[in-house]
Order: sequence, then C-alpha cells, then structure tokens
Amino acid sequence: MNLTQQIVNAIWLGGVYSLFSLGYALVFSILGILNLAHSAIFMWGAFIGLTVVLRLNVSVWLSIPVAMLGAGIIGVILDAVAFAPLRRRNAPRISQLISSIGASILLVNIAQLIFGTQPQRFPLGSIPAESIEGLPFRITPIQIIILVISIVLMIALQFLIRRTRIGQAMRAVAFNQQVAGLLGINAGQIFQITFFLAGALAGAAGVLFGLAYNSMTPFMGDQVALKGLTVIVLGGLGNIQGAVVGGFVVAGLEVFSIAAGGSNYREAFVFTLLFLMLLFRPQGLVGEAQQNRA
Amino acid sequence: MALLEIHDLHTSYGAIKALRGISFKIEANQVVSLIGANGAGKSTTLNTISGLLKPRQGRIIFDGKNITGWRSDRITGLGLVQVPEGRQIIAPMTVMENLMLGAYRRADREAIDADIESIFKRFKRLDERRHQKAGSMSGGEQQMLAVGRAMMAQPRLLMLDEPSMGLAPLLVNEVFQIIADIKAQGIPILLVEQNARKALQIADYAYVLERGVIVKEGAAKVLAEDAEIISTYLG
Repeated sequence: MNLTQQIVNAIWLGGVYSLFSLGYALVFSILGILNLAHSAIFMWGAFIGLTVVLRLNVSVWLSIPVAMLGAGIIGVILDAVAFAPLRRRNAPRISQLISSIGASILLVNIAQLIFGTQPQRFPLGSIPAESIEGLPFRITPIQIIILVISIVLMIALQFLIRRTRIGQAMRAVAFNQQVAGLLGINAGQIFQITFFLAGALAGAAGVLFGLAYNSMTPFMGDQVALKGLTVIVLGGLGNIQGAVVGGFVVAGLEVFSIAAGGSNYREAFVFTLLFLMLLFRPQGLVGEAQQNRA
Repeated sequence: MALLEIHDLHTSYGAIKALRGISFKIEANQVVSLIGANGAGKSTTLNTISGLLKPRQGRIIFDGKNITGWRSDRITGLGLVQVPEGRQIIAPMTVMENLMLGAYRRADREAIDADIESIFKRFKRLDERRHQKAGSMSGGEQQMLAVGRAMMAQPRLLMLDEPSMGLAPLLVNEVFQIIADIKAQGIPILLVEQNARKALQIADYAYVLERGVIVKEGAAKVLAEDAEIISTYLG
C-alpha cells in the first residue's frame, strides 16, 4: 500500500467529515442536544447544490453558497418545528432527540418524493476530475478544493465564535442560558443562528461530498450520520476544535482500513473506535471539562 | 410616578408559593433594600422582576411600562439590570469578554471601550487579569466583575442579589464601598442582602420580607433602630 497516497486521501476526506461534524458539535455545545436530523440537512445541501447546477446551469462552485444558504434555512425551520416548541414546554432532552429523529425521517421522505431514489450526478465536465500530474501521489483538483473550502469554513467558524459579538453571545448561552438572558441576550435568536450555521456547514459538506463521490441519493446522509457521531465523541461532545481533529482521525481510520484490504469492514472499524472511545475515554481525545465547551 | 412599581406580585415554584402578594416601589435616585431570612422570597422577587421567573399574578411597572411576563433579555434592554446571586460570571470566558457581554445591547463602540477602561481603572485587580479566564479568579474578584459587567449595560436601575454572600469580611466592606460609589453616581439600586446591618446602612428605604409577604417597611434609618428588627435581623 502506498502510504503517502492514503494520507492524502485521509486528509481531504477528513476535511469533509470535520465540516459535517462541526454542525453536530455546534448544536450540542450551545443547546446540549444531539440533532440527529443533521445528516438529512447534509443530504438536502447536496441536492440543493445539484438542483442549482442542473436547473440554473451555474458552476458547481456557485452552488456551494446557495446550498449553504438553503441548508441553513432548513436548519432554522427544523429548530422552529422540531425543537423550539419542546424548549418552550421545558421538555426533557430525550424528547428533543426523538423529535430530531422524526424530523430526519420526514426530511429524507420529502427528498425521496422530489428527487426519487435513483443515484444522481453532477453533469460530466462540471467537476475537474483529472489528477494533477508530476506528484508522487494521485490527487484531483476537486479534492484539493474540497480540502481548501473545508479549512476556510472551519477557520471562519472559529473566528465567528472567538472574535465576534454573536460568537460571544453563543458562548454565553452555551454556558448558562438564564445568565445570558440577564445580559440582554435573546437565547431564542442565538439558537436560530446556531441552527443556521450548523445547517450551512452541513450543506457545504453535502455538496463537497457529492462532488467527491458524484453519486447522490436521499439516503446519502446515512453514510456520514454515525461517522459524524464518532467524530464528535472523539473530539469530546460539543468541543469545536475536537470535532475538527476527530474528522481527520475517522477519515484516516476509514482510508487505512480500505487500503489494508478491509473495505467491507470499514464501518466496523469506525464503530469499534466509537465503542472503545465511549468505554475508555468518553470525554474525548482532547478531554476538556464540560463547562469549557463551545 | 415611581421608577419601579410592584403591585400584588405572586410567584410559585410548582405548588410552593414563594411570593404571596407583595407590593413596593422604588423612586428615582433611591437605594431600596429587601431584607429577610433565608427563603423569605428576596431572590424570588428579583428573579421575577428580571423576567427569570413568571409571576402567577400581579404587575411590574418599570418607568411607566408594564413589563410583567416580559423575557429577561428585553427587560435588561430597558436598563433594568440584575446582578444574579452567586455572581454568575461566564467562567470559561475572559474578564474582558465578560465586560463586553455586559454591553451586549449597546452599539456605541467607542463609549463601550471607554467604559471598560474606566472599570479597569476602578478595579485594578480586574485590569491585571483582563485576559484571564473569569472562572480562575477569587470570589471577591468575580463579584467585582459581576458588578462591572452590570454597569456596562448602563443600568437605569441596578438589582443586586446577595452581593456580599460568601465573601471574607474585608471584601464585604469593599463590596459595600462599591455599592456606595454606584449610589453616588445617582444610579438607583434594589439591594437584596442577608447582611441586614450593612444593607440598612447604605439604603434609603427598606422592606422586610417574611415567608413571601412584606411585614414591615420604612426609612432604613428608622428600621435600623426598630427593636424587633434588631432582635431578629441585627442581633
């Protein structure tokens, strides 16, 4: 097996996994809930991107911001329909988890009605797929672009959380919603912003994932849903930086298990890791204290 | 018209009635204190006024506006600012970030920076720790941060919930000196304190709470001489 090649594969795939998982981590850190409809928003992002390319004939690059906007709006609607009513009633978090599963099924079913269940592709020629020559490993321009976009979005998110007024408000709400209220922060609005950001990141990840494999079905979210959970468990639930690291670890594990001839078992490797983490290091690899999340 | 008027306020925790119809008012430029034993309903009163708790019954009028049942962030936005019990600074954020959050509702960036510097001038120990995590500071420093943060909101009425709780005697004096400074700036204060002696020294007017009702009220100087008050709260 070509080690350099596997590392290269793990890096660009890790970018997509991290990007996807950040949405899980973001929602968990601010609201303390696991949004299991996140993978359905990811899928919607991919299809919004695809639809824009097919119907409006724009380039795949322009489809990314459109998909982010669309998926972000789906995230806000999801919050309003599936989470906000439960919050108002002070429902236990398990109800919100179950509600998110219901929302996920609904989102996938609507996609099936609209887009059908046959795999769909970006048109030939819209993605630069020829490998770059003169390198000791195989990499296509699209893979480099996927990595760059993932990293740019992750840095932008970090900047937003660390350096902006909205980001400070998000961290305050994550720490204590009541105290945030006394500071004049409208927690409901912060939740909407959080869902928008998480949705937008999932949407971007969806388009990039779609571009990478060029095969999209309404069930494509299943391929990343549990991997994303593994990523945030690795990173420490709700830990933003941890999710970035976790994404690359999971991608690495997957790529190397394929290279080692275990292609059929790659999911088994990932979930064994999830299982071991939960058993031995539930606080995550980085292992910050809970109050330091976000 | 008074700055804050409370009419017949009732608040419950489930079946437990914490406030059973209390009424009082605060005039502009006045420091008013609520005193009473543990569980008398002092914090419940503040938390109901600030919107953290919803009253069962009654009205809260601030500056002529009926704010009963409003969300806490909107109430803070009016300038009715609470420093909660136990300080409640945002531990994982820096001192600077906590102060910035106090000014969350303000848009006057330059004035905000100037106010932060004046707080650092007043609280030297916060200045030295401006980039430290707020949770790493001592209780006294955290209390100063909590008050400083509330001042960043430019309060039109400041509500302090047990500001001296859990502090060493020397720091208690310092906290009351800070409250005196705020009073001198002309900012009205609603002060909830278990340390009734200190509270009555600084307040203009006071109300005594017992099991969710006001049992006595009067000028702070008069209550400080009241034989019953002395034996129950100042003894």
